[in-house]
Amino acid sequence: CIINSTIEMVKPGKLPSGKTEIPFEFPLHMKGNKVLYETYHGVFVNIQYTLRCDMRRSLLAKDLTKTCEFIVHSPPQKGKLMPSPVDFTITPETLQNVKERASLPKFFIKGHLNSTNCIITQPLTGELVVENAEAAVKSIELQLVRVETCGCAEGYARDATEIQNIQIADGDVCRSLSIPIYMIFPRLFTCPTLETTNFKVEFEVNIVVLLHDDHLITENFPLKLCRV
Amino acid sequence: MAAFPWHPRSRNYTSEFDSCRLEAVPVEFGDYHPLKPIIVTESKTKKMGRKGSTSSTSSSSSSSMVDPLSSVLDGTDPLSLFAATADPVTTAANTDTTRKKRDKDDSLVVGSDFEPWSSKRGEILARYTTTEKLSINLYMSSEKGKATTPGSAVSEKVRTRLEELDDLEEGSQKELLNLTQQDYMNRIEDLNQSLKDAWASDQKVKALKIVIQCSKLLSDTTVIQFYPSKFVLITDILDTFGKLVYERILSMCLDNRGSLPDNFTPESVNDTAKETCLNWFFKIASIRELIPRFYVEAAILKCNKFLSKTGISECLPRLTAMIRGIGDPLVAVYARAYLCRVGMEVAPHLKESLNKNFFDFLLTFKQMHGDTVQNQLVVQCVEIPLYLTLYSPAIDWILQCIAYRAPEILLTEMMERCKKLGNNALLLNSVMSAFRAEFIAARSMDFIGMIKECDESGFPKHLLFRSLGLNLAMADPPECDRLQILNEAWKVITKLKNPQDYINCAEVWVEYTCRHFTKREVNTVLADVIKHMTPDRAFEDAYPQLHSIIQKIITYFHDFSVLFSAEKFLPFLDMFQKESVRVEVCKCIMEAFIKHQQDATKDPVILNALLHVCKTMHDSVNALTLEDEKRMLASLINGFIKMVSFGRDFEQQLSFYVEARSMFCNLEPVLVQLVHSVNQLAMETRKVMKGNHSRKTAAFVRACVAFCFITIPSLTSIFARLNLYLNSGQVALANQCLSQADAFFKAAVSLVPEVPKMINIDGKMRPSEPFLLEFFCNFFSTLLIVPDHPEQGVLFLVRGLLNVIQDYTWEDNSDDKVRIYTNVLHLLSAMTQETYIYHIDKVDSNDTLYGGDSKFLIEINKLCEAVIAQILDHLKTLGQEETLKRQSQLALYFFNSILAHGDLRNNKLNQLSVNLWNLAQKHGFADTKTMVKTLEYIKRQSKQPDMSHFTELALRLPLQSRT
Repeated sequence: CIINSTIEMVKPGKLPSGKTEIPFEFPLHMKGNKVLYETYHGVFVNIQYTLRCDMRRSLLAKDLTKTCEFIVHSPPQKGKLMPSPVDFTITPETLQNVKERASLPKFFIKGHLNSTNCIITQPLTGELVVENAEAAVKSIELQLVRVETCGCAEGYARDATEIQNIQIADGDVCRSLSIPIYMIFPRLFTCPTLETTNFKVEFEVNIVVLLHDDHLITENFPLKLCRV
Repeated sequence: MAAFPWHPRSRNYTSEFDSCRLEAVPVEFGDYHPLKPIIVTESKTKKMGRKGSTSSTSSSSSSSMVDPLSSVLDGTDPLSLFAATADPVTTAANTDTTRKKRDKDDSLVVGSDFEPWSSKRGEILARYTTTEKLSINLYMSSEKGKATTPGSAVSEKVRTRLEELDDLEEGSQKELLNLTQQDYMNRIEDLNQSLKDAWASDQKVKALKIVIQCSKLLSDTTVIQFYPSKFVLITDILDTFGKLVYERILSMCLDNRGSLPDNFTPESVNDTAKETCLNWFFKIASIRELIPRFYVEAAILKCNKFLSKTGISECLPRLTAMIRGIGDPLVAVYARAYLCRVGMEVAPHLKESLNKNFFDFLLTFKQMHGDTVQNQLVVQCVEIPLYLTLYSPAIDWILQCIAYRAPEILLTEMMERCKKLGNNALLLNSVMSAFRAEFIAARSMDFIGMIKECDESGFPKHLLFRSLGLNLAMADPPECDRLQILNEAWKVITKLKNPQDYINCAEVWVEYTCRHFTKREVNTVLADVIKHMTPDRAFEDAYPQLHSIIQKIITYFHDFSVLFSAEKFLPFLDMFQKESVRVEVCKCIMEAFIKHQQDATKDPVILNALLHVCKTMHDSVNALTLEDEKRMLASLINGFIKMVSFGRDFEQQLSFYVEARSMFCNLEPVLVQLVHSVNQLAMETRKVMKGNHSRKTAAFVRACVAFCFITIPSLTSIFARLNLYLNSGQVALANQCLSQADAFFKAAVSLVPEVPKMINIDGKMRPSEPFLLEFFCNFFSTLLIVPDHPEQGVLFLVRGLLNVIQDYTWEDNSDDKVRIYTNVLHLLSAMTQETYIYHIDKVDSNDTLYGGDSKFLIEINKLCEAVIAQILDHLKTLGQEETLKRQSQLALYFFNSILAHGDLRNNKLNQLSVNLWNLAQKHGFADTKTMVKTLEYIKRQSKQPDMSHFTELALRLPLQSRT
């Protein structure tokens, strides 16, 4: 718990009958020197902010309580984000974890991501060109992966979850024709990349090329998300 | 009752006529006269039309005086007035600024000159069909999603929704196999309906699911020949969805200020609406598969208007680029067509994306001949030419969007680009279907060259020639190229082996031939068509095309002598061997003939051909033919008969009518027309001979009369017969054929007893008496001048007629019999005059024959007495309570007759008239106004010479004031 504050909304007394709306506002002040993280729901890591309203009543009636979650977006970070473009080439030779390199069909795919430093409200963009491929292309997908790392006494636990999969090519695409890479970050499952002493929330994107003979080629790019 | 002897008043018709005639006054030139023509002077006002629309206000003014008809309209005749107000621009375009604004607005909406998608739809559905079995793959999730429990946190709600969307992709797969095309279409319609239902019941997520599932079907290219139709069906659903979403968000913008204007800005959209709209876009952006994501986003493209001004112009290029990811070239090109369609609807001014789509398509063009596609075609057993035609609707549409109001230079550039791709036939065809006809026509020779160079194996060449022909039917190529174009095109067309391919091409090119060339070329073309369509009775499968060829020819050739002198025209008609089609074609020809033939003709070529055509129509009539159909055919044949004239060669004319009678004996209206025509011919002869027939013409006229006499009995309609007998009798009389006239009249008299009580008029049964009454009155006026036959008794025909009237079974509650008797009285009165009111030249009527012989007058008076007795008897029977009104009317009617025709100096008659006057008023049924007017008339008449006895009469006629 990094924050816990209570305010009194109404002084003791009687509420008039009917609907009564009571406006309130309060600043979120951190305990000590802790940081206020963005709301985030993950597998290992959950950052949640709730608001509880209690109404104490006289002896005979029960007290009333209502709880409600509210979302916290951290204020945009200062300063301009430096774009960090990445060019990539995928050929049988660039692949790791290949069992039988000889049985692979020949292919040559190149492209670029406009930036791996991404603004969370802006799409991930780039381009991809299948220059040639012996086997027909079945599908090309963008896989957005979230990696949570939790530091514990015994070491740390790492968990990667696919949070979104976007197909950018369907079928045997035209060779040497650039295909746009375009993905909007899902609002609920992403947050700015977070790195604290206890835990980390990071994001990666995989470009997955599926060939007709069921070969699966993946190229991984770590991303850095932020709010500007 | 005592008999009343009749004393007719003697009349001096000449002086009576003179006394009531208006004085003729000559009209000086320049004097006002209402029937003088209006002189319309056209005065042009300032031209304010836009885009060369020439509208002018014309006002008219009558020459010197004001015309009563046009003065009502302030001197402007109504049509010019219309022309003046019809131009909406006149008011709007007064200043330059408003005009500019207009033009700008214009580019934001597609004009009516853009052929809309809806008109292409049906064509595609009809053309791309299949008999193969289809399947639908639907992943419908089980209803576990349900409605989210109320009150749960927003995020939870969203999460469940997103889960539901995921379910779509992993949920239970339902595959419907073995659907016929119709089943398939029904399924799609079901989906469309369930989309609407889901939306109406606020299940937005389900609606989105349905749309995603539907668009997913577009990535499936099994049964590829059905793909264009599938595209049409599914994009209908997408359009529905797009409209629903747009309207929903628009309705959220409704606040107290009322609805948004059409050209609202994003600033005027409230936050809730914006948030909802954004939500849709986020949801769609997370759709996993490319094709549904593309289609659904394209479907709601218009919603970008709520978010930002530049939204659409940013989205279109992105979506255009997105299509590059679609591997199958056919799927991709249809996706492009859909994007262009939505783009044209939402933002037609964004031409760049349209062009980009086409250029992208050209880039992927080579894929069509790639391995992936070829393998697929082998599996599906689809030939390349067929496969290529599947692209046409999409490419046509894209090019049509590009070509819409595009500058010439762009079209030239597009053409060059297509040329670079190895003169591809598919593209060439689409260019020809989509670009302006004028553009194509001007470059016809280039196109022919390109078509010739095309690769034989690919796109069917006859389709290319057909497309070119369609353009040339709408726009004219340069004068000097015209013949060469025809020669070049026909050289190819005539080599087509398949009769269907051939006729589809020929049909189109016939129009071009008719437009620019003469009979000779058209004849050659027809000969070629006959040559191709005759083997194996190929014409049987091409009736619609052959029919359309005929229609095109008769649209351009209005001179039928030229048309029929083309020796292949009739052999061409012989190809229509199925009777129904044949008759339709004949009808077309006859309609054109009646419409366009200006003068009567005796051209043997036309007559022979058209008799043949009419005979065909006539012979199609059988017991099952509908009345309307018969009437239609008969009026066409009549139209033809009226247009035939041999000028002064009357005998030839008559023999033509004889021939026509033998040919068209089953159509009664035609026979009626023939009788009229022959009668006219007889009168025409009389006119030429100025009333003095020579022996030869007398014989000819008798032949005409004989024609009528034997034709009339074959008619079934009794009134047609009666009237024709009367007519022909009159004609015979006019031509001094006395015994023939007698025969006609006798025939008419003896036919009267056969008149049924009810006759069928336009399918409704009506009492026949009014018609009979009319006929009798007509007959009487003729009988006045018919001279008595020397071997028959006095007034033989009148007596005969009276007997027939006496014996006829009249309606119980009608007074027509008495009205007829009263008219007989008029006739008899006229007959007693010294000189009859009219005569026929060269025919001595009874006035001359008997010369006022007293025996003759006594005979007449006897008849009168009998008739009066009948009338009075009838009046008496009307004494019942319920018939008193009729009695009053009839009494007055009779009174008026006596007043007009009787000699009231006779006491008995005088007394009778007074009695009738009283009877008319007795029971208060008389109309006071009429009685007053009658009395005034009598008083006025009394001032005339020899009428002084009327003064006394007037005194004896009391006016009964109504109590």
